[in-house]
Amino acid sequence: MSQQQTAAMPTSANSVGETASQQMNEFLTFRLGAEEYGIDILKVQEIRGYDSEAITQIANSPDFIKGVVNLRGIIVPIIDMRIKFMLGNAEYDQFTVVIILNVGGRVMGIVVDGVSDVIGLDMDHVRPTPEFGSIIDTKYITGLGTIDDRMLILVDIEKLMASEDMGLVDQAVN
Amino acid sequence: MSTDLEQFYEVFFEESSELLAEMEACLLGLDVNSPSIEDLNAIFRAAHSIKGGAGTFGFTDMTEMTHMLETLLDRLRKGELQVRSEMVDAFLKAGDVIKDQLAGHRGDGTADPAVVKEVCEELQKFSEETPGATPTNNGNNEVSAEYSQEQPQQEAVAVIESCETELSSEIGGESPIVAEDTNQTVYQIEFSTSGLSDGAKENLFFNLKQQGKIEVLTQSNDSETCHLRMTTTAPEEDVWETLAFIVDPANLKIDKVEETEESDNSTSSESTTQEVPSTESTEKTKVSSSEEFESAPYGFFPGAPASPVESSAKEVNASTVTADKSNQSLAAGSSTKAAASGETNSIRVSIGKVDQMINLVGELVITQAMLAQTTSEIDPVISEKLHSGMSQLERNTRDLQESVMSIRMLPMSFVFSRYPRVVRDLAAKLNKKVELKTVGEGTELDKGLIEKIADPLTHLVRNSLDHGIELPEKRIAAGKLAKGTITLRAFQQGGSIVIEVGDDGAGLNRDKIMAKAKERGLQVHDGMSDQEVWMLIFEPGFSTADKVTDVSGRGVGMDVVKRNIQGMGGRVEINSVFGVGTRITIRLPLTLAILDGLSVTVGDQMFIVPLTYITESLQPSENDIRTVSGRGRVVQVRGEYLPVIALHEVFNIRPKSSEIKDGILVILDADGHKAAMLVDELVGQHQVVIKSLESNYRRVHGVSGATIMGDGKVALILDTTGLVMSTQ
Repeated sequence: MSQQQTAAMPTSANSVGETASQQMNEFLTFRLGAEEYGIDILKVQEIRGYDSEAITQIANSPDFIKGVVNLRGIIVPIIDMRIKFMLGNAEYDQFTVVIILNVGGRVMGIVVDGVSDVIGLDMDHVRPTPEFGSIIDTKYITGLGTIDDRMLILVDIEKLMASEDMGLVDQAVN
Repeated sequence: MSTDLEQFYEVFFEESSELLAEMEACLLGLDVNSPSIEDLNAIFRAAHSIKGGAGTFGFTDMTEMTHMLETLLDRLRKGELQVRSEMVDAFLKAGDVIKDQLAGHRGDGTADPAVVKEVCEELQKFSEETPGATPTNNGNNEVSAEYSQEQPQQEAVAVIESCETELSSEIGGESPIVAEDTNQTVYQIEFSTSGLSDGAKENLFFNLKQQGKIEVLTQSNDSETCHLRMTTTAPEEDVWETLAFIVDPANLKIDKVEETEESDNSTSSESTTQEVPSTESTEKTKVSSSEEFESAPYGFFPGAPASPVESSAKEVNASTVTADKSNQSLAAGSSTKAAASGETNSIRVSIGKVDQMINLVGELVITQAMLAQTTSEIDPVISEKLHSGMSQLERNTRDLQESVMSIRMLPMSFVFSRYPRVVRDLAAKLNKKVELKTVGEGTELDKGLIEKIADPLTHLVRNSLDHGIELPEKRIAAGKLAKGTITLRAFQQGGSIVIEVGDDGAGLNRDKIMAKAKERGLQVHDGMSDQEVWMLIFEPGFSTADKVTDVSGRGVGMDVVKRNIQGMGGRVEINSVFGVGTRITIRLPLTLAILDGLSVTVGDQMFIVPLTYITESLQPSENDIRTVSGRGRVVQVRGEYLPVIALHEVFNIRPKSSEIKDGILVILDADGHKAAMLVDELVGQHQVVIKSLESNYRRVHGVSGATIMGDGKVALILDTTGLVMSTQ
């Protein structure tokens, strides 16, 4: 554990989390089906409405990759998290939003059922993840947060997006 | 102080490299028999500027070296010594040494002290030669100079133009007309030492001592003023320059104590200017020296062989060996004003900033196109003003895009300028006589490509010299001129830049290549066309050289050349006639960032096909299509059977119709491999900005990139080569 800690220290994002943990970490919460997830707000670049018109499909890609969009001159892939994790129905309505993430120098968008709010979470309120057969591998889940009676699944979005499961990054390259 | 200076190191290194390149180009362009005073001046200026910079940063090794260069050059340009080819060689060597020293200060490599010493001694030897050794063609020059009265004045203008760029450090340094008298002169020098470190002062005295004898009259620490008496043979402007590097010119005063016989107006005007602060004095020097030029008799260039016949010949034929950084350097073959002022009007900007600007303008163009589409739906009668505004916006954005794109473009002379040296050195090594001609060095190419093309091109030039051009005896026996010619030519053809490396040498030997190919077990047959045979030399490890030299013949290289060029999106072709010569043609896209493409649709998706790969498009009839073993399909086009790539199958899209006859076949030619691609419709031709798909996503088979269309949607650019190759 301690080794992991030191290895992770140099990355700025983590050290920010480290210092902030004394006070509070801020998370953007969103819904996927009935579940509520939280990701580090610092990884979020912006939030946009979902516009299927603007998406260009990419051939021979997994079905959760909706395609790419033009985000002010940058080509950004769009991933539907609901299809990826089979949560809820992948319906596109006025609440469907795209969270544009900026993780590890890459820009990508994730489609979710709706963004709830930004909440500050004291690290005391985060419980370790029990080993259970969840759809999202527990190694990408940093913990379970509790606010009142709501449970928030905190996801290490950077690790998840860079993972082989997502197929977003050429593994050979990295 | 030193920490403050460090931030300028990079600028100095860069500038010095440029100056060295310029100096080298001038040296190579120098006609030993009748060197133009302007070239000598340009070389002198380059050496001088490097010396100045090196002095400021305390790189004493460079200062010493350049000082030696300067001393010799100064005597040359004043006509005291005659330029000889050994001197040019020595200068080139000195240039290399400075380059090494520069690299040393940069932190990679060091200059070999033995070489430094050797070059120093050589330069010393030359500069110590007595003027008596100078051939007496003084009379000739006076006569020839009168043929063209324009010439000296024109040169003067060019020289003065450059003066403006270098401000105080160069005052008076350019006027080659100040007659040199070898008599000793005594100067009374007075300057302020405030703000000078001890090291700088030491350096100053050291430099002054090199020029003559100095006596320190007073130097009180309180007044911070230093009085010197200097006895020297050096002209006043040299003393001035030495001082002006270190001392603030505003606080510098030089008075001649003992006037020698020399009492013409130039001296007086010179000394008046020197009491004026730097910027102003430059102006004054400019005025006064041009006056001097006008009043000066033409015979006033003692031994300066500014043969007007030669100069004008050079102007006409500015594109031969003298081809150096013609647009950038003052020293270029043509001595026009425009060339001289070109350098002063440029700024240094980081590539990052330019690329950001290009991106932003790209965005602007897209936004403009989106607005235009929206506006077109509005009734033009009601909103006439909006429409006229939109059309103006469209024009302006297009102009803006063009001019921004042109920032990244550099003339080919940037690359071509290095070859005279390569050819000269190599020709001497191989005992061959070679002339290098360059044509079209003004052709512009994207900076990224310019940098990448240099190495492959060097390789081709070396190859031409080593394998192409024969030895002089052999050439004469074959009824050719003893001197071979290598021609570098660049020009624009449509959307691509063509660069040719041609030689009038032996040409490729078909039999030899075939024999070698068979020996290596390559797939060859006697019925191959010449073109196909020539392409064999690009095979890895292929060499027909009988013996391996350190120049070439190892068989490494041509395949690398081809790979590099293909990596840039270019193509190579060879034309050769045995006994007559060889020409290698490289075709490159104009820029890496923009692509000419044909947009096609399959189902509801749009793709961009790079135009360079398309040979034709046609609507097939049912009879043209044959199936091979029930699966693969081929189409007969002009007697050839081409494999069919159905794009909807590659990308799993539902097409409008799966019948081949309902679609359109686009015939692709990638590196000689042909295929027919089936699409639903052709939409139009566009210039698209290439965006990377991999920066945020990953590689996709059959797709080389993406672009943003006028409506803001993303369209994928097809990887034509990949698609064609997958059918082979």
